[in-house]
Amino acid sequence: MMRAGLSALLSHWWRHPLQLAMLLLGLSLATALWSGVQAINAEARAAYAQAASALGQDRLARLVPVDGDVLDQSYYVALRRLGWAVSPAIDGTLPETRLRILGIEPLTLAQNATLPGAPGLMSGDLVAFLAGRLAFAHPDTLASTELADQLPDLRLVPAEDLPPMTLLADIGTAQRLLKMDGRVTALLLDPDHPLPGPVPANLTLVQPTSDDGLARLTDSFHLNLTAFGFLAFAVGVFIVHSAIGLAFEQRRPVFATLRALGLPASVLTLLLLAELLILSLVAGTIGVALGYGVAAALLPDVAATLGGLYGAPVPGSLSLRPEWWGGGLAIAVIGTLAASSQSLWRLWHLPILAPARPRAWALASARSARWQLAAGGALLSMALVTLGLGSGLWAGFAVLAGLLIGAALILPAILATLTGLASGLSKGVLVQWFWADTRQQLPGLSLALMALLLALATNVGVGTMVASFRSTFTGWLDQRLASELYLTTRNESEAAEITTWLRPKVDAILPIVTVEAVLMGQPGDIYGVADHVTYRDNWPLLDAVPGVWDDIASGQAVLINEQLARRADIGIGDSLPLPGGALPIAGIYSDYGNPSPQAIVGLSQFAARFPDVAPLRFGLRLPEDAAPALADALQSRFALPEGALIDQAGIKAFSLQIFNRTFTVTTALNLLTLGVAGLAMFASLITLAGIRLPQLAPVWAMGLTQRRLAALDFLRTLLLAVLTAVAALPLGLALAWVLLAVVNVEAFGWRLPLQIFPADWLRLFGAALAAAGFAALLPSLQLARRAPTDLLRVFANER
Amino acid sequence: MLLTVNDLVKSYESTDGRIPVLAGVSLSLAAGQSVALTGESGSGKSTLLHLAAGLDPDFGGQILLAGQSLADLDDAGRAALRRGTVGLVFQQFNLIPSLDVAANLAFHARLTGRHDAAWTAQLAEDLGLNHLLSRYPEQLSGGQQQRVAIGRTLAARPRLVLADEPTGNLDEATGDAVLDLMLGLVAQTGTALLLVTHSTRLAARLDRTAHLRAGKIVS
Repeated sequence: MMRAGLSALLSHWWRHPLQLAMLLLGLSLATALWSGVQAINAEARAAYAQAASALGQDRLARLVPVDGDVLDQSYYVALRRLGWAVSPAIDGTLPETRLRILGIEPLTLAQNATLPGAPGLMSGDLVAFLAGRLAFAHPDTLASTELADQLPDLRLVPAEDLPPMTLLADIGTAQRLLKMDGRVTALLLDPDHPLPGPVPANLTLVQPTSDDGLARLTDSFHLNLTAFGFLAFAVGVFIVHSAIGLAFEQRRPVFATLRALGLPASVLTLLLLAELLILSLVAGTIGVALGYGVAAALLPDVAATLGGLYGAPVPGSLSLRPEWWGGGLAIAVIGTLAASSQSLWRLWHLPILAPARPRAWALASARSARWQLAAGGALLSMALVTLGLGSGLWAGFAVLAGLLIGAALILPAILATLTGLASGLSKGVLVQWFWADTRQQLPGLSLALMALLLALATNVGVGTMVASFRSTFTGWLDQRLASELYLTTRNESEAAEITTWLRPKVDAILPIVTVEAVLMGQPGDIYGVADHVTYRDNWPLLDAVPGVWDDIASGQAVLINEQLARRADIGIGDSLPLPGGALPIAGIYSDYGNPSPQAIVGLSQFAARFPDVAPLRFGLRLPEDAAPALADALQSRFALPEGALIDQAGIKAFSLQIFNRTFTVTTALNLLTLGVAGLAMFASLITLAGIRLPQLAPVWAMGLTQRRLAALDFLRTLLLAVLTAVAALPLGLALAWVLLAVVNVEAFGWRLPLQIFPADWLRLFGAALAAAGFAALLPSLQLARRAPTDLLRVFANER
Repeated sequence: MLLTVNDLVKSYESTDGRIPVLAGVSLSLAAGQSVALTGESGSGKSTLLHLAAGLDPDFGGQILLAGQSLADLDDAGRAALRRGTVGLVFQQFNLIPSLDVAANLAFHARLTGRHDAAWTAQLAEDLGLNHLLSRYPEQLSGGQQQRVAIGRTLAARPRLVLADEPTGNLDEATGDAVLDLMLGLVAQTGTALLLVTHSTRLAARLDRTAHLRAGKIVS
């Protein structure tokens, strides 16, 4: 019985290969986009774990300075003498190359600390390592950067276990490279030796944790990526739902016959479930393979984004991980079951002869339409309530999900109302029929239109966010990068020599000094700025007390960036603890593209607090047209290395490049989602084309040509796409607002003003029309060219 | 003659080769005439009706409808002829599911530009459809749907009505009433009627009977 039943059910797919193809394609694409994003996330997280495990950071407890500053090496010597089993370590970044330098002292390091490159050390290179002649780096880092040229006195040995853009060296070598002689950033503790006494007052004990800062920092980025992956998956599931729903609709007589022949409803449902499981596993396998391709294509941009935005080292190549193979298959099965649950439920509960009676099925459909409308309304209300009461990134995503899914669910009701109104208001018989027929097609097309709505709204939302971001960011760059040239010198004497030479040739020389520090418990930077009109006129302050620059210049106050203000929930008038004593906050400035906290003090205050930090970088103010000549003169006079002198345009181009790559992935996912929505429409239209002949044939018989009917069908699809696009516009703007005002603030720490770009909407309307036109073209052509005998079959049971 | 069919040949492709359906049918029908087309199932009655209506352009022989050769017309020409000259009543009713009964009744007449509200209302009353005007086809029984289909055709006042077993789904009394209406229209307006039926009783009420057997008219 089971075998006969299953073969009867499966025979449907042999007779409708295109429908089968659409089902498999929809599910494969949905799985591909989801598992692709998961693969990227898994790769990045593995890289963070690798980065964290370098130096055994995730396994060894550390002593670090309380004020977040660096530690004098004499503490290490003193503690060793007191019997503390500590080992010095230094961790810093070379600003020019963004190369992370890890310095260790292998002789005192705990025995069970995992050291990348340790095998090499044990086999006789230890002396060379200790002598500062040998260092380790990942093979990709060695291949992709010109490290060997920059570090000519070091023999660089490849070490697979090291994260990208990281150099592991002896502590002395690292101190020399980082220009931090005599200083360390942490003292690593040997877990086999208990602490001989209380932790000194100026130090704090940091326990080993598997959750490293990089993972926390990039969590928001990955959550964003996951959300887009899920959205693409949801749109794909719409195709699956549509294909399965139509397959159920077409097989109603078969269900009725099978039931009449004695197949119980439970067995029939189980058989359909088995059929769907087979299909989902096939599509899931294809989807996971495609997902690997998507991930491999997107990973270089993601790696560049994470590197540029967070300094997170992620390799640009992908490795196969079993967890997302399994996850991809599981999500395919879950997606299929979710997409088919409604059809299965209805089949299970309909009386034995009902499946063959269209009216019973239609009534069940009408009931679900009412439920759908109610669920949509409930989700929209939930989104509004969450917006008012919730907080945090998850609340932001809950609002987004409620808005998108709620709006998608009520779309069919809106379209039905609009077409009903249009039908009532129209005069001509053909126009009346057109609208009435359009309304009748809505149940079959609604899922595809919902998918289109989601894709378009996401495009409007993300497009508005990116364009708002770009517009604000470009203006912000103009304010922030006011100096015409930026100079980086190699040492203090060179700095003195060059600035002396420059002084009569430029309007102003603005020293830029910075130190890494812990600000309100988070690693960040403190900058020192000169008292100059450049800052007074241009600095992008979001909020400030009157006379803020006077307070900064006199060393009585500090400026903080928006990220620090939001994360630590501090503002003007609050006090910010800093190495050397707290200062009141006098202003908050926008600091786009930087995920870390930042503070600015006056140059004299900076020099007093950090006397060891010499100004090596300078902003040069001079007439803009004089900058190229001065740059040439500087180069020829001082033989500056590459990268030492950057003009304003160069920095802006670099910053915009990082910005663009940040949104490459979301743009790519957006386009893929729109493509999937177009495919959903195509799948629905091509399937509807077959079952819709009985509705069209009488009109054809009464004197409308097939070509005209096809043109009307094409026009109908375009009109529905336009109506959907109109509905997507307010939804997309709401989405953009939530992204800018809620999600981005949580994810990146800054808030941007919402700006409107109507030209982009027109382009998107064009894209929606193109997608709908493309989807409707083949079914319309098929109708126009269909042999009359196909239409005649509608009228005759006999020949 | 309103309809002239000369030596009409039609066959269908199948996996067993070509299956002949009509093998040289000739028939003529003048305005105001009614002809019953009878024959066993599969004898080609519906095929002949469809060919005469210009629904199927693939045939051999000649069909002249209102003086025009269907073979010489393109798709648009055949569509215009169907719209303006022919009224079809289908075996499967083939109402437009998205329109209610009132809109279905008026649909063809409005397409031709000959909509007469009073005449349509009269037809609705005669066919017992007045209480069903706001319903949709899926809410009607088979017999009710057939009455709407007949009303839709008659409302357009076509010159030629081609009806494929129009009373097959109706009880005897309603079937007779419907045929009375159709014959009344023939008598009043000079409409020609070609009606496919299995009922010899109904066939006897028409001017003459053409019986199809093995693809040819035998009487």
